[in-house]
Amino acid sequence: MPGPDDAHDKAAHADGAPPPGARDSDALVVLKNVDKHFGALHVLQNIDLTIGRGEVVVVIGPSGSGKSTLCRAINRLETIDNGEIVIDGKPLPAEGRELATLRADVGMVFQSFNLFAHKTVLENVTLGQIRVRKKDKKTAEQRARALLDRVGVASQADKYPAQLSGGQQQRVAIARALAMDPKVMLFDEPTSALDPEMINEVLEVMQQLARDGMTMVVVTHEMGFARSAANRVVFMSDGRIVEETTPDQFFSNPRSDRAKDFLSKILHH
Amino acid sequence: MFDFLEGYDLLGAFWVTVQLTVYSAIGSLIWGTLLAAMRVSPVPLMRGFGTAYVNIVRNIPLTVIIVFTSLGLFQTLNVSLGADDFTTINFRLAVLGLIAYTAAFVCEALRSGINTVPVGQVEAARAIGLSFPQVLRLIVLPQAFRSVVGPLANVLIALTKNTTVAAAIGVAEAALLMREMIENEAQLILISAIFAVGFICLTLPTGLFLGWVAKKVAVKR
Repeated sequence: MPGPDDAHDKAAHADGAPPPGARDSDALVVLKNVDKHFGALHVLQNIDLTIGRGEVVVVIGPSGSGKSTLCRAINRLETIDNGEIVIDGKPLPAEGRELATLRADVGMVFQSFNLFAHKTVLENVTLGQIRVRKKDKKTAEQRARALLDRVGVASQADKYPAQLSGGQQQRVAIARALAMDPKVMLFDEPTSALDPEMINEVLEVMQQLARDGMTMVVVTHEMGFARSAANRVVFMSDGRIVEETTPDQFFSNPRSDRAKDFLSKILHH
Repeated sequence: MFDFLEGYDLLGAFWVTVQLTVYSAIGSLIWGTLLAAMRVSPVPLMRGFGTAYVNIVRNIPLTVIIVFTSLGLFQTLNVSLGADDFTTINFRLAVLGLIAYTAAFVCEALRSGINTVPVGQVEAARAIGLSFPQVLRLIVLPQAFRSVVGPLANVLIALTKNTTVAAAIGVAEAALLMREMIENEAQLILISAIFAVGFICLTLPTGLFLGWVAKKVAVKR
C-alpha cells in the first residue's frame, strides 16, 4: 500500500518555516496521495499534483472523471479521505478559523457564479475585504471599483446579480475572488453555464490574469483556453491523473489511449 | 344596544393583548433565530439541543406551559422575573411562556427558509474565508428571513391569538375581560362578536402588511 506513510514525511515539515527540500521552492499547491470516495465511487484515486507559483494548470477530462472534485478539494469544499494537501507550505486545516483564513488566500470561481443574491455587485466584491481582510469600507470600495473596471463591469456596480447577464455575473465573481488578493485562483468550469456568446468575455479576463502571473487551476472544456494560456495540461479519467504534460504535447501527441479517445471526440466538431 | 359596555375597560384589555404580543414576538424572534442557528450548526451538542427543544416544546399545549410558568416557576421555584406585584409578575411569566412556545415555531419556519438558500451561496461565502457564524449572519439568515416573511406572519397571527391563554394565570388581557363580561352580562353573542372583531382588527392588518413586505424583500435569483 503506498500512501499515508510518505505523505506524512512531507507533512511533518509543513508547520514551521518553509519545508526543507521545499519541494521546488516555488511549489504553491501540493497534493500528495489524495483519495476520496463518494459512497462506492472512488472519485479521486491517489492523486499527486504539484502546482508551482505563477503556473497555469488546466484540468480536463470527461464528465465524472473527478476534475471538479479535485478543484474543490484544494480549498476543502470537498473533504478528502486520505492524503494531504499543502498550500504555500501549510497543510490544509480540517475545520474552523484556520481553514477560513486559508480559504481567504485561495480564490474560487464556480460554474454557477454563486454571487450573493441579496447584495449588490459592489457589496459582493467588498464583503470579504471588510469582513475577512478587515479593510475599512472606503478602501474596500475603491479596490472593488478598480477590480470591476478591470473585468469590464464597472457600470453595473449598484445592480443586483439577478439583473446581470451570465457573463457579467461570472466576471463579477472573478473580481470578488481577486479582491481577497489570493495566492492561487481555482476555476471550476467557469464557462460551462454560459451562453456561447458570453464565453469569450470571461475567457479574456482569465487570459489577462494568466498573463499577469496569477497561479491558476482551471477545470474547463475550453480547449482553446488550454492551448493558449496553460503551462501544463492535466488529463483526468476515472479519478486518476492519466496524463500531465504541456498543452502542445497533449493536443498534438497524446500518449494514453484514453486521452486520444477523448480528444478524438471533442476536436472533430 | 352597547350600554352594557359601560364600566369595562375594553381598550385597556386589548392594550394588554398588544403588549403581550409585541414583547413575545420580539423575544421569540430572537430565541427562535438562535434555535435555528443551533439546528444548522456543525456542533452536534448544539444541534441535539435545538432539535430536542423544538420537538418537546411544540408538542406541549400552550396552556400547560403558561400554567407551569405560574405554578412551577413562580410558586414553586420563586422565579419572579424581577417584579414585585402579581400583575407584573404574571404578565412577565406569560411573556416568558409565550416566547418559549412561539420560538419553536419561529425556528422551524426559519429553518425551512434556510433550506431555500442554494448551497452555492454558502460555498461562495466559505470560499472567500468567512467563518461559520459569519456565513450564517451575513449570507444565509438574511436570505432565509426574506423567504419566510409569509410563514412568520402566520406565526405572528397565531401568537396574537395565543396570548388569550395568558388569561389562565390571570393576566388582564382581552380574553379575561371577555370571560368576566360573559358572566355578568346577558349579551353573549354580541360580546363574543366584539372580541372576535377586536382580534381581527389586530391580526388582519398585520397579515396584509407582512404579505406586502414579503413581496418587497423577496430575493431575486
